[in-house]
Amino acid sequence: MFGAGRAVAIAGIGQTTYARRDERSESLLAAEATLAALRDAGVAPADVDGMITYTLDPVDEIGICRALGVRDLALTSRVPGGGAGALGTIHQAAAAVAAGACETVLVWRAINQGAAYRYGQPQAGGMFQPGSGTSSLLWCMPFGAQAPATWAALAIQRYMHEFGVTSRDFGRIAVLHRKHAATNPAAIFHGKPITLDEHQASRWIVEPVLRLLDCCQENAGAAAAVITTLERARDLRQRPVQILAAAQSIPAEAEVISNYYHADLTTMPEAMGVAKRLWAQSGLAPRDMHAALLYDAFTPNVMKQLEAFGFCEHGEAKGFVADGHCELSGSIPTNTHGGHSGEAYIHGMNLVTEGVRQLRGTAANQVAGAQLVLVSSGMAGAILAKA
Amino acid sequence: MAVHVRPLCAKWCTYVPGARASFHAMTAAARPDPIVTADNAFFWEACARGELVAQRCGACGAFAHPPRPMCPRCHSTQREVARLSGRGEVWSWIVPRHPAPIGFAEAPVVALIALDEGVRLVSNVVGVAPEAMRNGLRVEVAFEATAGGKAVPVFRAMGRG
Repeated sequence: MFGAGRAVAIAGIGQTTYARRDERSESLLAAEATLAALRDAGVAPADVDGMITYTLDPVDEIGICRALGVRDLALTSRVPGGGAGALGTIHQAAAAVAAGACETVLVWRAINQGAAYRYGQPQAGGMFQPGSGTSSLLWCMPFGAQAPATWAALAIQRYMHEFGVTSRDFGRIAVLHRKHAATNPAAIFHGKPITLDEHQASRWIVEPVLRLLDCCQENAGAAAAVITTLERARDLRQRPVQILAAAQSIPAEAEVISNYYHADLTTMPEAMGVAKRLWAQSGLAPRDMHAALLYDAFTPNVMKQLEAFGFCEHGEAKGFVADGHCELSGSIPTNTHGGHSGEAYIHGMNLVTEGVRQLRGTAANQVAGAQLVLVSSGMAGAILAKA
Repeated sequence: MAVHVRPLCAKWCTYVPGARASFHAMTAAARPDPIVTADNAFFWEACARGELVAQRCGACGAFAHPPRPMCPRCHSTQREVARLSGRGEVWSWIVPRHPAPIGFAEAPVVALIALDEGVRLVSNVVGVAPEAMRNGLRVEVAFEATAGGKAVPVFRAMGRG
């Protein structure tokens, strides 16, 4: 059980439509997704008393309060680390409710990347604010490392070098995501699977690491969840999903994306730290999980998390994926909604919504008998359980 | 190209006082200036003198990069600027193809350099074609000018030109 306090659950989830382009503002997307989550739970918006989102989220808490008609917030917080911190919202919500600091927490992420700004473009100043988790990006800029794919690829190349991993190996993750997205009606790439040859024919974004089809896409949408006590959730509209364990990890010298200064660049120490805490809190092991939802800004992140959480050994993810372990029929069905590169890039919050659907038994690509799901955004994670 | 440049300019110019003038003086192929802060100014000032340096603890001698206000080993705030050999090896390398990095006529080889003193530095390898790049390549420092007349360290394969 999470912590020493009250048992905590996700009582509701909500999302907007996901699309490459959307006219709606990020505040409207956030309002629609949070209202959908509250209606899903059967909780009156006025009763929300906690709000937690990302430091990067552009939507103001007070704005959401005004839109939803929230009466009186008892707690707000924001989690650093960009999308990698996504599950930190669940971690903090669970901690706050378990401790009794508040009763009903709304978490969300709203994103409209095409309208206000162009995502993934070269930039020189916009991402150095405290809380982004990327303060050393200024050491990259004058050298032409000016965009997320470039920053990420520079560390990933070392992993390829040491373990003989190729672009084809990453391509298998891209194919898996698009296969799952193809049968997920909410996915941006619904009905659009790809082949490994198509992945290999897609242009280089960063040579020799990331092709176009390794990358999450620029898109718009919002997703949200409602966290409350397990006891209260049992009286609400949906069957609750318990937050069995939740954790964050920012190890020494680890950063979100300009992550070049920790000892072994072939590992993901932040995910290893999350894994250590989640397995310790829950008393569970990788073999106990029925599905894994792993953050993918880029396909290699999925392989490094499979290793960090112990689903396979360090350096063995390429064979593990090629052998079909991550398929719906495999030993650990992974990113069953299509991941960020297939469903939508809602910066990790759509890993939470899919985890809940799997445990309710309502996922588009349902894993039969799913009871326990690992959700990881890299620097934070949770184990969700059917309650 | 202008579509890409304008939002960058807006952000950059907001963040870095005085950047507007140097940005608009740039040609299409001029390398961006370093972003200078109170904690890293010593590094870029040394580059302007043609020296590669790193922060070193004045009490225990540990190198630290990126620089920081205090030594994480002994918590001393005595920070020394230590001149480095300028030699090291390529730890990892990539070529950003799309979108094209701003300020480069051709896609640069971006590399993480493991310096012999034990610190890693993001930089460029120049004078080596992408096809000839490899991990472990021994390199030594050189300096290149930026759009606004500053200097940044880049690396060449050792034993050449």
